[in-house]
Amino acid sequence: MSSPSETPDAVEVVLAARHVAKSYGAVHALKGVNFDIHRGQVTTLFGENGAGKSTLMKILSGVIQPSAGEIILDGKAVHFQDSTHARDLGISIIHQELSLAPNLSVRDNIFMGREIKGPTGVNFSEEERQARKLMQELEQDIDPLTPVEDLRLGQQQIVEIARALSVDSRILIMDEPTSALSAAEVEVLFKVINDLTSKGVSIVYISHHLEEALQITDHAVVLRDGAMTAWAPRAEIDLNWIVRNMVGENYDLGSPPTGYDFGGPALSVQNMVVPDPGGNAYNVVDNLSLDVKAGEIVCIYGLMGAGRTELMETLAGRYRQASGRIELKGAEVSHLTIAERIGQGLALVPEDRQRDGLVQTMSVGQNLSLASIGAFTRGIFTSRRVEKTLVAESIRRVTVKTSGPDAAIGSLSGGNQQKVVIGKMMATNPQVILLDEPSRGIDIGAKAEVFRLLAEGAKRGLAVVYTTSEVSECLSIAHRIIVMHKGRITAEFGADATKEMIMAASGEQHAA
Amino acid sequence: MSDTTKTAAPKGEGVSLVKLLLEGRAFFALIAIIVVFSLLRPNYFTLSNFLIMASQVAIYGLLAIGMLLVILNGGIDLSVGSILALCGVIAGALMQGVEIEAMGVILYPPVWAVVVITCVVGGLVGAVNGVLIAWLKVPAFVATLGVMYVARGVALLMTNGLTYNRLAGSPELGNTGFKWLGSERIAGVPISVLVLAVCAIIAWAVLSRTAFGRWLYASGGNERAAELSGVPVKFVKITVYTLSGVLSAIAGLVLSSQLTSAGPTAGTTYELTAIAAVVIGGAALTGGRGTVLGTMLGAFVIGFLSAGLVITGVSSYWQTVFTGAVIVLAVLMNSIQYGKGGKKA
Repeated sequence: MSSPSETPDAVEVVLAARHVAKSYGAVHALKGVNFDIHRGQVTTLFGENGAGKSTLMKILSGVIQPSAGEIILDGKAVHFQDSTHARDLGISIIHQELSLAPNLSVRDNIFMGREIKGPTGVNFSEEERQARKLMQELEQDIDPLTPVEDLRLGQQQIVEIARALSVDSRILIMDEPTSALSAAEVEVLFKVINDLTSKGVSIVYISHHLEEALQITDHAVVLRDGAMTAWAPRAEIDLNWIVRNMVGENYDLGSPPTGYDFGGPALSVQNMVVPDPGGNAYNVVDNLSLDVKAGEIVCIYGLMGAGRTELMETLAGRYRQASGRIELKGAEVSHLTIAERIGQGLALVPEDRQRDGLVQTMSVGQNLSLASIGAFTRGIFTSRRVEKTLVAESIRRVTVKTSGPDAAIGSLSGGNQQKVVIGKMMATNPQVILLDEPSRGIDIGAKAEVFRLLAEGAKRGLAVVYTTSEVSECLSIAHRIIVMHKGRITAEFGADATKEMIMAASGEQHAA
Repeated sequence: MSDTTKTAAPKGEGVSLVKLLLEGRAFFALIAIIVVFSLLRPNYFTLSNFLIMASQVAIYGLLAIGMLLVILNGGIDLSVGSILALCGVIAGALMQGVEIEAMGVILYPPVWAVVVITCVVGGLVGAVNGVLIAWLKVPAFVATLGVMYVARGVALLMTNGLTYNRLAGSPELGNTGFKWLGSERIAGVPISVLVLAVCAIIAWAVLSRTAFGRWLYASGGNERAAELSGVPVKFVKITVYTLSGVLSAIAGLVLSSQLTSAGPTAGTTYELTAIAAVVIGGAALTGGRGTVLGTMLGAFVIGFLSAGLVITGVSSYWQTVFTGAVIVLAVLMNSIQYGKGGKKA
């Protein structure tokens, strides 16, 4: 019943793609995909990065045009001229990458491009009222007049969701809506999705968070390499089914590396206090102390706003107003600049790879070598030959899938871009590597490879500290799990911790 | 080699020809200009005319190299024309002799000292730009706009609005040779063109072969990512504005040497010509993209176009219109090139 037929059932299926293909030059992003969106239900699209999920969604929402194939809305073929046309037909999309104007307020962002007109220009008070109502529905304490740049990433994602909700659409496409949300915020979103489906709205949902997606979906569709590999209603599937169809192998993020002893203390943090960068009268990191040994892997688990990012960036040297002592192999580094800390062997892989990790105007190779230019400089000139060797070595070490070191960084999938950022910092030969949400927005295959890399590094004596908001990622390669809540460490577990113990300590009210 | 054939093959011949024309657009524009004007006026296509035109291009070219460094950093430098004038005037004042009243003597510094002092002053003014922008967070447009007015004002104050005319120096004072820079030739090539060539080669080497060059491209492409990778982004920023100031000073020296006079109103709107050269050369105003070769081609496109229009007797009003059209066309092509690239599938 659920498998796409040549002519979709106009009652059951609201929007369908038939034999849709999209090519960019020689790259075939989609190869003749059939896809059904079921009326008043949640259809989830699974697939690794680069499988073509976002491309398909952009076609269904009119952002880009397919190279071949047709779109069928309510049983009739349609041709979307652009996203405004699709929106007028009741289709809206929440994009994976946030598309907000940071300088404008929450209200102005929600109504951007469809301002409510009043007799004297824009009716701001009506917009504000509606924005406030949306925030209440989403159970968020965000003032509609706050500039978006003052919000946390998770809150910005809420605004993006609110904007899509503000259009009374019949079909709502959500491309990774939860990548920056906390578990509590996800619960609220799911409640909103249930409300919407009960009102007859059809939802397309994309997430790398498989367990989460399984909670709400009615139908599952799996894409692989631009082709559809499987589809089934919720009742017939489970996690293994999805993963099998996505990657064709077992889902395993690895286990803590063993068979060696930890070395001496690599990183030691004492009484670190970081005041809120927004100027509020509380500390985002509150009197925190932490010791990590060489060869040890420590996972810091916490929700959005727990202070993980601030902790990581302070360690790397970005926040200079922090107090407390940071020691690297026994030597104080708190007064050093970012560059000096990298030189001493402390490297950070930042959370937001587009904003903080990559230089989009540079090639893959130049990005990989950016943090270790000194290693291939002879006298005053850089050596192309040595750089080429180093870059080739990095590409091999972190297994970046690329057509070559001269490829544009934007041509890589999210997972491979993340590997480039990790490879760049690994090339500085760090003693301690900090990774802030290394798995954000990357697929299972890439995730497992990243964790394998970190485990290998630890075996060679590297101290690894990574943060995550997914419990399953804590219970993988980490020797020690630290739970952070409101800037403090609230619990510490060994590798034998359970999901329930970690969740309980994080201040998370969780149903599961 | 195998890579290029692999990517080019499926696209077909037509597409790759368009791509070639797009990427080498400044070069083809320059060829087109030379061909058209040579057909219109046979005396355009002579070595002596090319050398004369090139020595005029040298001024813009020097400013454009500095401007390229600043634009690669994602900034803009509106003060180069004023720094050029200020430095020309300072060189002029030094050539006239510095009177120290307390001792009742007039010092006539030798030409090499004049050159060094002038370049240092240019560098200092540029460093002011850099510090305002990097440390005090003043937007580059505003900071350099302010410095543009201040430098011009100081030049006017120093001369009271007048022009220094006697820059030749005299043998008994031991300060001859200022004309060398602007009017002498080595093997038939004007010194000013050689100065431009040397500066361009140094800039090329720095950009493509040194850590500083890589830092500059990185911090212009994404300053936050560059900083977290250990790039000293503030140092880079201050340095590019300082270098832009030094290059403006060199341009000022060349110009006043060519004219053997230094006036406070010299170089007005030259900053716009320099920006135009950089843009025509394919650099992106958002930073991180651009090459010295492209910028040089851009400078020659502008210089050869306006010289050609003069030779063919086109009215100077039309010259302005043509130059503007070329700039807009160049930016249009830049957005076509950069708009397509880098998007992922």
